[in-house]
Amino acid sequence: MVDDSLWIEADAGLRQLLAVLQGRGYETVGLTEQDGCITLGPIASADDLPRGRIMDTGGGHVRCRDGESDRFFDKTLPMQGLKRFVYPAHEAVAQFDDDLTITTPEVEMRPTAVFGVRACDVAAIDIFDVVFRKPPYTDARFAARRDGLLIVAVDCAVPLETCFCASMGTGPHATTGFDLALTELSDGGEHGFLVRAGSAAGRGILAELDGEAVRDDQVAAKRAQADAAAAAMTRSMPANVASVVRQSHDSPHWSEVASRCLTCANCTMVCPTCFCSTVEDRNALDGTAWRERRWDSCFSIEFSYIHGGGVRESAPARYRQWMTHKLGHWHDQFGMSGCVGCGRCIAWCPVGIDITAEAHVLAADLERAVPTMGDN
Amino acid sequence: MPRSMAAPVWELGMEPVVYQVTGRHQELVDTVTLQMTPVDGPAMSFLPGQFTMMGLPGIGEIPVSISGSPNDGGPLTQTIRAVGKVSAAIAGLGVGDRLLMRGPFGEPWPVEEAVGRHLLIIAGGLGLAPVRPIVYWALANRGRLAGVELLYGARGPDYIPYGAQLLGWLASDRMTGSLIVDRHSDEWAGPVGPVTELIGRHATVDPAKTVAMVCGPEIMMRFVIQALEARGFADSDIWVSMERNMKCALGWCGHCQLGPVFVCRDGPVFRVDHVRNLMTQSEL
Repeated sequence: MVDDSLWIEADAGLRQLLAVLQGRGYETVGLTEQDGCITLGPIASADDLPRGRIMDTGGGHVRCRDGESDRFFDKTLPMQGLKRFVYPAHEAVAQFDDDLTITTPEVEMRPTAVFGVRACDVAAIDIFDVVFRKPPYTDARFAARRDGLLIVAVDCAVPLETCFCASMGTGPHATTGFDLALTELSDGGEHGFLVRAGSAAGRGILAELDGEAVRDDQVAAKRAQADAAAAAMTRSMPANVASVVRQSHDSPHWSEVASRCLTCANCTMVCPTCFCSTVEDRNALDGTAWRERRWDSCFSIEFSYIHGGGVRESAPARYRQWMTHKLGHWHDQFGMSGCVGCGRCIAWCPVGIDITAEAHVLAADLERAVPTMGDN
Repeated sequence: MPRSMAAPVWELGMEPVVYQVTGRHQELVDTVTLQMTPVDGPAMSFLPGQFTMMGLPGIGEIPVSISGSPNDGGPLTQTIRAVGKVSAAIAGLGVGDRLLMRGPFGEPWPVEEAVGRHLLIIAGGLGLAPVRPIVYWALANRGRLAGVELLYGARGPDYIPYGAQLLGWLASDRMTGSLIVDRHSDEWAGPVGPVTELIGRHATVDPAKTVAMVCGPEIMMRFVIQALEARGFADSDIWVSMERNMKCALGWCGHCQLGPVFVCRDGPVFRVDHVRNLMTQSEL
């Protein structure tokens, strides 16, 4: 854990931080409210932040409303993480003209500072770094965008109802993977942010900020806030979930989930780590063609199509693929879980399927099925 | 300063190379073998069992295994059955037509495992195409192998690709082998039945001194594995080549996942003890 090195005041400090980022040539992106929902979008100054607004979430439920305080970052999580900034939902990866000249479109990425990234989304970007740079191949389009991103993380003080990062070990505080990280404190009449740097770029920016030395009581307050945030999470993933899903291939519970699941793919679209894509050729009327990479989902039947039909045609098999990959096989493939505990798949599921609840059912079923000592 | 603002192109990735068809042979009613060379430079070198992504602009891209010789550095040879939009378009190409190519991709057959041992190759249907480079390799390395045997099963006498070459190989004194068909015709004097029949009746090898490489429909491979194990083969001496939907061949698109493995980069060739469970679970 990086130590905090500066205390900045809420209003003046944030304004200065945004100005410093812009002065260094970064586009600034932060929390904005759009269509009744908190999302990530361009912000010109700290005044654009949806200060005091909070989100209520549940299974299939997201609403924004005014909170009780004037804090900036309580109980908010943008509807999507950083995925679309490093991996667009669709883009041309090759263009072909009439005589078969191939052009590779350049990556257009202006250096971008994302302001207010949650620990779960920082962890998700770390996962993408493994997925898209696993030897021997590097996705250069991802790498160019990723390397153009400056991450200003914000620790969570009040989680959403759907959050469970504490049980995934990814939050509520960001420990690595950020350039700068902020902790919002509003105790004893002062309102401001502890600032810590996690990279050389972050340290350079931090050196330009006006602030005060960090006091011991602020560090203690930060620790208490993190503990309270973790304790406030009502959802959790079973600790042994990776082995549970890998042992549950034949569980009848997949059919039960599938009786509710619409296989609509919302969960895979909002998931900050779902990386699957398809590649499609497109044609223009002038004879040119291009090859496009687009987000795809294991919930579609075509996803697993080989001549003769899909490998996973039934809805239970497709839900099982998503959950087993995310929580189990991801460990085999990349040495880590594919779930960061952001809870978006719960909130944005139109029928409110809760991945943590399903995991607990599978775990309980398995426990009942395994004979214990003395059962004969 | 921001860390990096370079906008690089794909490294070995999604960008294809233009190849040109230099030879075309109609293998079966719906299957052709194409020989291809790049418009610029030499054809890719590859190892037996590897595949490429073959494509046509505006139509799409499919994974196709390489079916030619790995020894001679000649044109790239691939056998395509017209089953979908992309494969039908590629199978319809003629000499001089151009197409798009990426690769080679994938883990190859572990042919060196067979050195000093007997090499048993078992194929079904168009599964003969991905094992054909093994035969080329084995004949070029015949002195290092105790023996080479090919067992091949086809739907019927009219569904045997590389027919003349196959008969030549089987008639030579450098290898042994047998053919079997599911449905016979009047001209067919050979055995009739599934390819597993050949394992009991014809394969003459000592399982302890043999490595088996198997390719065909997944259900055929499962029964071949059973038959080999009944003959005393250890599952660590049996290798298979798997098939799944692939969109990138790089491990990024997620389509080819088979439980914990990506068929495109961890396979397509697997040792049976590593994928046994994955081959028997439904809708994995």
